[in-house]
Amino acid sequence: MRSTVIVFPGSNCDRDAAVVLEAVTGRAPTMLWHGETDLGDTDVVVLPGGFCYGDYLRPGAIAAPSPIMSAVSARARDGLPVLGICNGFQVLTEARLLPGALMRNASLTYVCRDVHLRVEQTTAPFLRGYEKDQVIRIPIAHHDGNYFADDATLNALEDGGQVALRYCEEGGAITPDANPNGSRNNIAGILNKEGNVLGMMPHPERLADAALGGTDGRALFEGLLDALAPA
Amino acid sequence: MTASPAPDAAADARERAPLVEATPALIAEHGLTGDEYERVLTIMGRAPTLCELGVFSVMWSEHCSYKSSRVWLKTLPTSGPHVIQGPGENAGVVDLGDGDAAVFKMESHNHPSYIEPYQGAATGVGGIMRDVFTMGARPIANLNALRFGAPDHPKTRHLVSGVVAGIGGYGNCVGVPTIGGETNFDAGYNNNILVNAMCVGLARTDRIFYSAAKGVDLPVVYVGSKTGRDGIHGATMASAEFDDASDEKRPTVQVGDPFTEKLLIEACLELMAADVIIAIQDMGAAGLTSSSCEMADKGGVGIDLTLDHVPQRERGMSAYEMMLSESQERMLVVLKPGSEETARAIFTKWGLDIAVIGRTTDTGRMVVRHRGVVEVDIPVATLADSAPLYERPYELTPAKGLILAEWVTPPASLFDTLEAMMGGPHLSARRWIWEQYDHMVMGDTIGRPGGDAGVVRIHGTTKALAATCDCTPRYVAADPDMGTRQAVVEAWRNLTAVGATPLAITDNMNFASPERPVVMGQFVGACAGMRAACEALAFPVVSGNVSLYNETNGVGIPPTPAIGGVGVLPDASKRADVALKRDGDLLLLLGVHEQGHLGQSLYQQHAMGTLEGAPPPVDLDAERAAGDLVRTLIREGTTDTVHDVSDGGLLVALAEMALAGDRGLQLYPYEGRLPTHAAWFGEDQGRYVLALDPARGEDVIERARLLGLGARVLGRVTGDALMLPGEAPLALATLRSAHERWLPALMGA
Repeated sequence: MRSTVIVFPGSNCDRDAAVVLEAVTGRAPTMLWHGETDLGDTDVVVLPGGFCYGDYLRPGAIAAPSPIMSAVSARARDGLPVLGICNGFQVLTEARLLPGALMRNASLTYVCRDVHLRVEQTTAPFLRGYEKDQVIRIPIAHHDGNYFADDATLNALEDGGQVALRYCEEGGAITPDANPNGSRNNIAGILNKEGNVLGMMPHPERLADAALGGTDGRALFEGLLDALAPA
Repeated sequence: MTASPAPDAAADARERAPLVEATPALIAEHGLTGDEYERVLTIMGRAPTLCELGVFSVMWSEHCSYKSSRVWLKTLPTSGPHVIQGPGENAGVVDLGDGDAAVFKMESHNHPSYIEPYQGAATGVGGIMRDVFTMGARPIANLNALRFGAPDHPKTRHLVSGVVAGIGGYGNCVGVPTIGGETNFDAGYNNNILVNAMCVGLARTDRIFYSAAKGVDLPVVYVGSKTGRDGIHGATMASAEFDDASDEKRPTVQVGDPFTEKLLIEACLELMAADVIIAIQDMGAAGLTSSSCEMADKGGVGIDLTLDHVPQRERGMSAYEMMLSESQERMLVVLKPGSEETARAIFTKWGLDIAVIGRTTDTGRMVVRHRGVVEVDIPVATLADSAPLYERPYELTPAKGLILAEWVTPPASLFDTLEAMMGGPHLSARRWIWEQYDHMVMGDTIGRPGGDAGVVRIHGTTKALAATCDCTPRYVAADPDMGTRQAVVEAWRNLTAVGATPLAITDNMNFASPERPVVMGQFVGACAGMRAACEALAFPVVSGNVSLYNETNGVGIPPTPAIGGVGVLPDASKRADVALKRDGDLLLLLGVHEQGHLGQSLYQQHAMGTLEGAPPPVDLDAERAAGDLVRTLIREGTTDTVHDVSDGGLLVALAEMALAGDRGLQLYPYEGRLPTHAAWFGEDQGRYVLALDPARGEDVIERARLLGLGARVLGRVTGDALMLPGEAPLALATLRSAHERWLPALMGA
């Protein structure tokens, strides 16, 4: 599997994503500068976490119209798997590849901690490595992860099976206490209609190595590798 | 980039700017004494220009010149087998083996953080990271040591929330994990908080960059953010005490831009890899003045600057303003000849300004031109070396008597007291703070905040680096010498407790006005204690910072020599943390023989409402023997669960281990010769609690005894409560709730 990590000015989880991609696929990903216009040969694109353009204006807003994003949008429409993690999720919503918006956390403070997530569907290529309703533990680290969409959009997401991950208790219950940022319906990650674009606030690349205290994030990359493997 | 076209008319100006007619008011505004101004006149052989006066003002400020502290700092041990670079550069450098080096330093941003907490703290983090990457290191860990006023002081909440948000806002954006630190609340800091930020970077030993601009006719290049009018005279402000009008100094606080810092790190590291740099220095305190003067002085050359070429954010800036601006995220680089285009390509890619603003010369003079006028013409060596040096009078802090445990009222219930103390300002969880810091970015954090030391893997190797910040100000206030020994040994112990070999420290000396002999006596005592501890533990000082004049209307802070320690784990898989891991494990107390010392303890403060007597004594030889044994036990695999005993004593250490591992304890009653409350709450130094396989207990106790150390069995890991005969069980859930509630409740979260 050939992978590509997009690097924007201010990306800071680009290396973290690359480490996991190389560990899982056995090939170092291509690190592609935002100013490029051609994605080249790749089986998956990752928009990493960070603070591209310092979150100035709105998180992801200035990165969304950058040259490489035209190519990412075009290829995503053709079905190329695209994963946006944290700031990458914010870029995907600003680029309208995913609906809704990420607002400031309800607490108004930045929050970095492990959270539990319930896997809501497993048909999308990124989620093949999990069981439906499986509870996984990976960290969040963001100031603007409060997912918002209007009622109509939210209903469409729910009805269309586009909600990928929800914040939950350790046992899987979806409760207000388990919601770290005020996201509507405890949403932590969503898919586009076709299921090939996933945006998520939590960081699967941060707990994909037992030495770091957990490996639940690794299955996301492994599941994708399986999904893309030639039958 | 302005390629310096020859002839450059602006660079050839010969007419001198007007000389000042110095009034006492003008001299005082520049933070100089009458004697110091006379010294300026002697050096110059004439009156200075206004810009020259500004240059002397910042170069001779306490902040830049260390004029009150230098004679004492020189007494500290600064060398050792691991030391590659001691104090005097942007940061210290120690060898981690295999060609890896740790570059680190701690620096204060106290005065600005009190006036404008978010920006003051943010730019403190930015400044210390620049000190580290300037030397060729990629920052891999940040820490901070914070001291706030009393929890109920009207400004405390505002300051805590601003400082924590500022530290997070900067470090999170740049993408460097904040892996540790400490926070105290004490009325002594009501009007002068302390914000000490530490950064550790990783470099290759053969790729360290220094600030000496050796060579003549080399291009002097300015990179990074544009220069504005912010922070003018920041160094002078940081060298004066506060009064009621200090809030009016807000315009002297700089504004940070972490996004630019992130770009600057990447661009500078790329430039360093291109092998075109002779010397590099960040523009920190005293901005362009200090960086250009220091680079020229260390290189033994002169320097000509033409300020017309400096990238400027505002119109109509004078030479005086540009030389004294403390605008952030700027660096000065002396390049190898002919490499300007290479540098320009890199900085343009990262969207940063770059301009050739001068050249090194053989004149030995710092000459600054602006708009066709010579604004500064000062001999470099004289400017750098001639700063006043004061041997200020001092009065050593009188020794306090030993407090006998019997004089301190015993508690009605050990566990009720434990719960109350762990739910109070001094021992409650700091989670509300460190969850606002990204402590996992870079994907190598294996020891998260909340333990004895933060631990990050050295990327791509099997090694790891441990770091900690420590100081117990109440001990230092009672006995500066012993209290500073304690700060050094606690840092050493915290590194040891995770399995690291302690390598070196950075010190951040926060004191009140050195012009008061009592304060100077605290400083002298602290230096003596630091020297003794560093020598005994082979734990030298490789960098540091002095922050004086932390006082308001004549009331000073408690003396606070914060110690930042760094250690290395040769094998990251052989380490320990504080969390209990297995039911049935044996709990051992190991280390210096117990004395039940309650003077200056948190228990004394809790039970008696006051802090009195001598702080706990430090036995440096026993401390070293205990630490070396614990480290061996971790590395041979005998234990993976260790916690040093510090604030609050033994029972608190045990409770912290239980909470971290979410496992209960069956403790055995104390049957020794000490009063029971002194055994459980005494703050004796040099001790660790270990959890290990019961089958190994006897052997470990025997090994401790052979070294002349104490060791005894405390109990077993079991259940979900703390249990001790004679006490009602204390459920972990109850204790956790008390421990976690205090700080969020204070902050209204």
